[in-house]
Amino acid sequence: MTLSEKHSSAGATTPGALAGIRICDFCGQLAGAGAAKWLAAFGAEVIRIEDPTREGRWDILRGIAPFVDERRGINLGGGFNNHNTEKYGVTIDVRSKRGKEMLAEIIRQSDCVTENFAAGVLERWGFGYEALKAIKPDIIYVSNCGFGHVGPYRAFKTWGPIVQAVSGLTFASGLPDEAPAGWGYSYMDHTGGYYMVMAILLALLHKTKTGEGQWVDLACTESALSLNGPVLLDWTVNHRPSRRDGQPDSNHSLSPPMAPHAIYPCEGDDEWVAIACRGDADWTALAGMIGETWTADPSFASLQGRMANQEALDRFVGAWTASRDKFEIQRQLRAANIPCSAVQKPQERVDNDPDTAGLWPAVTHTEMGEVRVDGIPARFSKTPWRIARSAPCLGEHNEEVFERLLGLSANDVALLRAEKVV
Amino acid sequence: MSALEGYRILELANERIAFAGKLLADMGADVILIEPPGGDPSRHYPPFVDDEPGADRSLWWWHYHTSKRGVVLDLDKGEDRERFKALVAGADMVLESEPGSRLADLGLDYEDLCRLREDLIHVSLTPFGRGSANANVPVTDLTIMAGAGPVWSCGYDDHALPPIRGGGNQGYHTGCHFAVMSALTALFYRAGSGQGQFIDVSMHGASNVTTEAASYSWLVANQTVQRQTGRHASVDPTGDTQMRCKDGRWVNTGVPPRYPVEFARMLEWLNELGLAEEFPEAVFLEMGAALDGQINLSKIGVDEEIAAIFGAGRSALVLIAETISAYDFFIGCQSRGLAVGVIYSPEEAFEDEHFKARGFQVEVRHEDMGRTFRYPGAPYKLPASPWAISRRAPKLGEHDAEILGALRG
Repeated sequence: MTLSEKHSSAGATTPGALAGIRICDFCGQLAGAGAAKWLAAFGAEVIRIEDPTREGRWDILRGIAPFVDERRGINLGGGFNNHNTEKYGVTIDVRSKRGKEMLAEIIRQSDCVTENFAAGVLERWGFGYEALKAIKPDIIYVSNCGFGHVGPYRAFKTWGPIVQAVSGLTFASGLPDEAPAGWGYSYMDHTGGYYMVMAILLALLHKTKTGEGQWVDLACTESALSLNGPVLLDWTVNHRPSRRDGQPDSNHSLSPPMAPHAIYPCEGDDEWVAIACRGDADWTALAGMIGETWTADPSFASLQGRMANQEALDRFVGAWTASRDKFEIQRQLRAANIPCSAVQKPQERVDNDPDTAGLWPAVTHTEMGEVRVDGIPARFSKTPWRIARSAPCLGEHNEEVFERLLGLSANDVALLRAEKVV
Repeated sequence: MSALEGYRILELANERIAFAGKLLADMGADVILIEPPGGDPSRHYPPFVDDEPGADRSLWWWHYHTSKRGVVLDLDKGEDRERFKALVAGADMVLESEPGSRLADLGLDYEDLCRLREDLIHVSLTPFGRGSANANVPVTDLTIMAGAGPVWSCGYDDHALPPIRGGGNQGYHTGCHFAVMSALTALFYRAGSGQGQFIDVSMHGASNVTTEAASYSWLVANQTVQRQTGRHASVDPTGDTQMRCKDGRWVNTGVPPRYPVEFARMLEWLNELGLAEEFPEAVFLEMGAALDGQINLSKIGVDEEIAAIFGAGRSALVLIAETISAYDFFIGCQSRGLAVGVIYSPEEAFEDEHFKARGFQVEVRHEDMGRTFRYPGAPYKLPASPWAISRRAPKLGEHDAEILGALRG
């Protein structure tokens, strides 16, 4: 198998791992849409329900940059296309009586209802968990919102950066004595979506064994808080706070202790390299490669000494890297078995990196044409993922889905459209 | 009944796969952690309980190996390889992050193992994926995140400062999230088809597709995002979103007021704090409150009045932040409908009333020490099949007798 075939699934004949599962999906943005994207890539039928009266704009990504060209519009957002591949898109005005009936029938034929609205939105529409159960007793309902549906902050609003701020993740990213650097992207929209996938699959497995559905109240802030790991035990066991002098210092490593361990400047504009010496063997190899007198300084001889004198050590190492090419340093250090990586820019890792070949499948979008999207970094020997279809345009699959699930004709759908129900 | 009760998973100890095993074990799977003689090196990662080093005292180890049982096997020895194979025959899944061709060299790769257990699921999580030309390149969390994209997007407006690796082993975590999603997907497929399979997960790939607009700005438009302090890296620079409050702590201000009701509430808040008098832009807040619908952000550059109203909303936030604590600012804004976050340290978040009320703090008994400790709790709540820490992390070889002994019997 070639590298380009490694992650892709072209020509797959096995049905998807999740074929036969139907998801009635209200998810949007990234935190929700990213989750349903995984399910769809493995063959689940994800029916994305959007609001025709607001043209689906609850999901702001529908109409914002990046764009493939000068055209703008609710079907042209690049992020939306990225997060919604392989899904069906329908519009239903769930505030209308007829819309509620249609939605109830779709729910009756679904295994799972998914959403990432603010707490209470679905309930106000008349589709809270009790109502869902009345429609389908074994329904799985997974809600994903910032603070969850229970607890003093349940009415508070969030988006990725707020989740990261409140959960400790923003604080834990940065240099000492500087403002928090935080995360330059919504790490917790991605990761909240991953926990949503796990929750859905766990609930499906439970239902397979017991026949029982359930409501999973996923609070993205709680998933985030669980990612602080040993730092929290240092607090509860040793009463040592991470808000203390010298912290946060996230380019360095205390657990396990490593030095040098940082990101160093290289030749060129905004070029950097990451180097991590795991122990004395890595350090000895690096010192030999550098070959300058300072490397023999006894204060750097032991790991303890290097940890205690890390500031000086970083200055020396940084002076050595500054006049060198980042990929050349990477090549040299890796050849000496020292962990090292160039800080790759998007173009470098997307277009020029053999280890991401096959990770960026192209889809053909009805309006945008051919566009590459994020794929899935896992190769399944029997049930490969498939990402070939683009995100749906607004209401793109109304006729197809309403005929298949509700038995409506194209004419019926045209009437509903005229009545603004869809 | 736990969601994964009845599934047995063999995990070959490695710091890169540990978190995946924990996520599955805490959902009820019987995860057997297999260590080499002498134990896995991460048993010696600080911090330690009471700051005293020891193979059973690492809090890193305690955290990442909850709910697992542990045995020692020397896979370089034939008799232990046979024991491992006997365990595989009774297992549902193997989780591993072994380097290069090690498992194939030992005759223990998927092709060998699926002969012992036809419907076995084998999840391999390696730095660059199986078959990569870099399969033997050493990595750490730092180097994975540097090569895969996260580091490029994180840091400060001042590009003389280095870009930043976010803390907490998130490169490892992201790889493990993909390993677990893969494992559960394969378990579901097996429940219906009876078929197992081999799954090859790349840590480098996992972080590559966890960078939001950094990847798709390039994929869609060949544009490169640039890092900014505490906010999204962006193709075009955007305004600050972090502020320091009176107590010296930081908040993320999110999007300043845009709706009439938000301007009205800001004005009311300024009055409550006795600040309206000293706020010269109060008149613009009144104008904002009287707007017909939300501010059109695209008009800020062209309409002076709109720009003044929007600016006044932001100035009011700054003035209030300078006057009260970060926590009060967070609660004050959120109770007025503004999505603002206090920038907590991890332990401050852990002690917050909201997470306590949701039951995030759980107690784990360390019966060997006669002590009980608080641990971080469930990342999700499945009431019918709940998450739980069923036991503390295993000591080296703690379950040799009960697990390996049963094989002999």
